[in-house]
Amino acid sequence: MLDNAKIPGFIGKKILRLISLLLVVSFISFMLVQYSPIDPVRAYLGEMAVSAEHKEKLEEYWGVNTPPQEKFLNWAGSLLKGDFGVSLIYRVPVTDVIKERFTASLALMASSWLISGILGFVLGIAAGMHKGTLFDRAIKTYCYILTATPTFWLALILLMIFSVQLGWFPIGLSVPIGVTAENVTFFDRIEHLILPALTLSILGVAQIAMFTREKLIEVMSSDYVLFAKARGEKGLDLVLRHGIRNVALPAITLQFLSFSELFGGTVLVEQVFSYQGIGLATVAAGLKSDVPLLLGIVLISAVFVFVGNLIADIIYEFIDPRIKQQESTI
Amino acid sequence: MENKTEINAKGKKGTEALLKVEDLSLSFIQYASGLRQTELKVICNLSIQANRGEILAVVGSSGSGKSLLAHAILGILPSNAKLDGKIEYDGQELTQKNKEDLRGKEIALVPQSVTYLDPLMKISNQVIGAVEEGKEGLMKKLQREIFQKYDLKPDVERMFPHELSGGMARRVLVSTAVMSSAKLIIADEPTPGLDEKTLNETLSYFKDMANKGCAVMLITHDIEAALKISDKIAVFYAGTVLEVANVKDFKNDGENLRHPYTRALWNALPQNKFQAIKGHQPMQDEVVDGCIFYERCSKKNELCSKGIPQFKKVNGGVVRCNNVS
Repeated sequence: MLDNAKIPGFIGKKILRLISLLLVVSFISFMLVQYSPIDPVRAYLGEMAVSAEHKEKLEEYWGVNTPPQEKFLNWAGSLLKGDFGVSLIYRVPVTDVIKERFTASLALMASSWLISGILGFVLGIAAGMHKGTLFDRAIKTYCYILTATPTFWLALILLMIFSVQLGWFPIGLSVPIGVTAENVTFFDRIEHLILPALTLSILGVAQIAMFTREKLIEVMSSDYVLFAKARGEKGLDLVLRHGIRNVALPAITLQFLSFSELFGGTVLVEQVFSYQGIGLATVAAGLKSDVPLLLGIVLISAVFVFVGNLIADIIYEFIDPRIKQQESTI
Repeated sequence: MENKTEINAKGKKGTEALLKVEDLSLSFIQYASGLRQTELKVICNLSIQANRGEILAVVGSSGSGKSLLAHAILGILPSNAKLDGKIEYDGQELTQKNKEDLRGKEIALVPQSVTYLDPLMKISNQVIGAVEEGKEGLMKKLQREIFQKYDLKPDVERMFPHELSGGMARRVLVSTAVMSSAKLIIADEPTPGLDEKTLNETLSYFKDMANKGCAVMLITHDIEAALKISDKIAVFYAGTVLEVANVKDFKNDGENLRHPYTRALWNALPQNKFQAIKGHQPMQDEVVDGCIFYERCSKKNELCSKGIPQFKKVNGGVVRCNNVS
């Protein structure tokens, strides 16, 4: 049923947009690091005392005296050859750092994205069905409070309750301390994942639940639901037959559009839980002026958010039967 | 079962009322400024009767509350609506619970436009509606038969509502009512925006239903369309029915019509005198003590401004007017 003539144009437009996005994003990030007041050498050394000679070597390593345009062009040039460069703080190729950190974060983001999406949708449907009741108001209040809750604050609260006081979960990190990488079990990883994922899920619920609730109320007061009622449909069956069908597509679209917030939330949550993911790496790279790593992460995260938006667009343009019709009548 | 209805209907055509509405009033509770509640009356003291095997047209201008009458009978009014009066179906009083049980089975609505179909559901699923498990095959067969009868091609089944043309949409909407084998069909503005051919075709579907013994209530503002197929015309004005006339009364200068408003309506048609009368319908929040048509009436006298005129049977029709005998 796909409208094949539309696909090449769609892909072309999207690729062009992605390239321009990446260009602008990397340039702006580069400028920000370049003009940040942090002296990378001082940040690297901390309180350590070193000789002038040694310091000069370090300055050369960090590229302090290289002109910015040359630095940027060097980086961009090797990027075009597929080389992201070497991370200055970890001293390994940027791609390796990103691969390792992004995998850890992906588990965190994917689980909280799914949980918040499903839970938010169900809560939204339930609230919308019982509009005006105590139950609805409780869900609404819950959502308003969550929207106003800072991510790091909730993370701290959960950490205090479940890790410090109850001791159910580890205090931080994504793997146990003092265990070699080969000996980390799947269960260990899950155990470290639960609290950060829970934080992100709880917060992510609010937006999708409120949206689903509004949308369901709108659908339930539509002409076609009125007609369905006039034909004897009622109760949960009516909501399942007509409500869910009409709410699901926009809700899923919205959930894909929330990739950027998901990424932002991950950075904060990882910071609180010292979860060794892409968020922590971003903060470290930013604070220590690790330009290749920071730009690498920026590019990857831009692609990540772009993919979310792209999926939402695809749902909108190719899956919703109504849009297809409108296009073909133009 | 269908046969039985048919026999019944033939025997009693035009004599037995399937739906009786008596003294129906409908108002909406609204919050005015602050917490003060006001009641907005949209239908008052309305009485009509739909007989088996007949088409009753409820004719009135837009915004006079005609659709709400349909919604009141089906029990699909919004929650702030307040309903008074009596609705009887087949001799049994219609409570909200009864309405919920009967709608879709005994009473069917033919809605006015394609927006009453779920935009994301295929046509066949909507026409068949929600059915009990195990009955899908049977209903599918019935739906195919109906589509064939209404000249809807098999691929319409798989279409979405926005893909239907105007005429197709009309036939699909009518087929939803036929599917249900209901005995009372309420058609809410089924004809606007249709070309001559589609209009006549649509009207013939309702005639068919009446001939099969159904009571059809045709709600419309198109008096010409109503006159083509109806048996009786109820003239709806500002939330109430002023007159129920037989179709044959609408002829010449309308001298057989009982109410001045009905006559004015008839004479306003282009093929008649094309004359409009002055004024407009009273607004819903206006309080009118006497006859609701008082302001615009040419025959008014002092009595008319005091109290609503009672229904009188005149010449085989009923009318709410003091000045007829």
